[in-house]
Amino acid sequence: MIELVSADRCIECNLCVKTCPRDVFDAVPDSIPVIARKEDCQTCFMCELYCPVDALFVAPHADLDVKVDEEHLSESELLGSYVRNMGWRKGKAGGTDKDPTRLLRIRNANAG
Amino acid sequence: MPVIHDAPSTTYANESGGLVLHADVLVIGGGPAATWAALSAARSGAKVVLADKGYCGTSGATAPSNTGAWYLPAGAARDAEVNKRLEKSAGLADRRWIIRTMEEALRGLDELGGDGYPFPFDEDGRPYRANLRGPDYMHHQRRRVKRAGVTILDHHPALELLWADGVVAGAAGVELRSGERWQVRAGAVVIAAGGCTFLSRALGCDGNTGDSYLLAAEAGARLSGMEFSAQYGLSAEHATVTKGLTFTFASFYLEDGSPLPSEGGDRSTRIARAMIAGHKVYALMNKGEAHEHDWLVRGQPNCFLPFERIGIDPFKERFPVTLRSEGTVRGTGGLDVVSDDCASNVPGLYVAGDAASREKLVGAISGGGSPNASWAIASGVWSGRGAAQFAARQAGALGDRLHTRDVRALGGAGIRPNKQPASINFTRELIAAVQDETLPLDVNFFRTGERIALSRAQLDGIWAAARDHLGGSGRELVRAREAASMAATARLIWASAAARDESRGLHRRVDRDGSDPAQTQHIHSRGVDDLHVTNAPTPHTARDLPEEALIS
Repeated sequence: MIELVSADRCIECNLCVKTCPRDVFDAVPDSIPVIARKEDCQTCFMCELYCPVDALFVAPHADLDVKVDEEHLSESELLGSYVRNMGWRKGKAGGTDKDPTRLLRIRNANAG
Repeated sequence: MPVIHDAPSTTYANESGGLVLHADVLVIGGGPAATWAALSAARSGAKVVLADKGYCGTSGATAPSNTGAWYLPAGAARDAEVNKRLEKSAGLADRRWIIRTMEEALRGLDELGGDGYPFPFDEDGRPYRANLRGPDYMHHQRRRVKRAGVTILDHHPALELLWADGVVAGAAGVELRSGERWQVRAGAVVIAAGGCTFLSRALGCDGNTGDSYLLAAEAGARLSGMEFSAQYGLSAEHATVTKGLTFTFASFYLEDGSPLPSEGGDRSTRIARAMIAGHKVYALMNKGEAHEHDWLVRGQPNCFLPFERIGIDPFKERFPVTLRSEGTVRGTGGLDVVSDDCASNVPGLYVAGDAASREKLVGAISGGGSPNASWAIASGVWSGRGAAQFAARQAGALGDRLHTRDVRALGGAGIRPNKQPASINFTRELIAAVQDETLPLDVNFFRTGERIALSRAQLDGIWAAARDHLGGSGRELVRAREAASMAATARLIWASAAARDESRGLHRRVDRDGSDPAQTQHIHSRGVDDLHVTNAPTPHTARDLPEEALIS
């Protein structure tokens, strides 16, 4: 579930509020958004893709609260790791043209 | 007429005003099928509104995933796939529908490529169009829908259909942020709000709470194949990522290190059996070559997110796995499509994507992957066009009266309780009770006549309580309606399952060995309080049958 909105990184653009399919965040005037309905988070990682500054962290556990340490996440480059692996940039789509999934599909089709 | 509910004192029912929009076609949903329907309707000249419970671009099962699609020009490869699908369908698929879906999907994928979607290129420099990366695909679809002039209402869950003079005339709901009521008056409606996974946390599916079915059933719509709903996806324990490709290179073990038994059905069946017997099941990705692993890691970044963040190397360390319900999203049942333009049996109501039954394509087995992705494109295109044509006929007949006619709201359970609405805790308890009858492997994955009867009895009680007390305002109203939709879905599933006294595909009756040739037919269901289940012959001759008394 969503565990972090980094106050250091967040630029208050509220794109996460806008794009979360489960409406987990609330915008706050003159401040960063808050995680208002964490129990509704479906752990889909979409907010991380749309965040232009890698300020969000979704822990992979769908049903457990997990304590996270922002300094550790930042140092181990886990903040924004999904965005980089996908090839998106600043909330904009990118990287599909280099997706090698077709090679897997062809392999599996040939394997029967 | 459908039952028109008197409105007791609830906030929603008493509210008037709010946003009122007029459109030719209203599309309910925001996943792939909804976007293709909106594009198609707009292209047919309709003024279109798309209303999504989430955000069109991130909501639905596809957006966070990566899916294959049928990109098969006429020829030997296509013939082979058609025949394979027919063989696996347990007699319930339809060759004509498989082929026309493949043709329409191919047109759609070419259109997508022509419209700037960056498909990867193969070694020969040709674009490879048989794969769609979810986030990018839906990001692109949103842009196309906006460019087509469609009005998108994000975070606007539709709660009920509107009805006028024997036809569907729009829908109404609430805006999540403000809690204010909205309604869209329309000449036709496309339902593309997905299937139902009962909040199992399968990737991207929590918005799929069966809203499509209850909305449509209240207008008299017929469903088909709801018994084929026992599809479960494999994921790492605690994680949500249920993508099958993740496990391409996996071997499976029990907790003592012994291999998962290799006999006794497909992988899911063997894992489900082991889990029910109390075993913990582990996976290790120890097959394949290093360069093939690299395709998986680079091509499926979100498969590896959970491992990276938990700190497991899945190629070197065993990790526990679990099965998450994919219900009717990657199961097969849904609203019955009765014509080539994806009409339902209710005038003015069209169906697209996972909201519709996919038995025509895959019969009794899962539609996950290429069939569902291709169906989303094809059924979206057809339903959008069909709805636009229906709306044009309505406009021709009614003129300005189309926008001023009296409409009635059809929503009952979760919106207009018979008694005083209870608190959000009641809603949560009711959802948990529905999950007890739908999620456990020993209830749903493997079925018995006795357990089906017990689930039906339990759900009758749950439904009565839902009718009496589910309600609220704002977000709590939306949750209450979702709870009602899930309860209604579960009742349709078990009523349909009770009528199939055999095993077939996803309907695994452990007290019935194999399939009964005499039951090679569809099971249709309809109703909200009193459910009606009938058999329908195959292939798809239902459209030639006399129309059921859908409005009685």
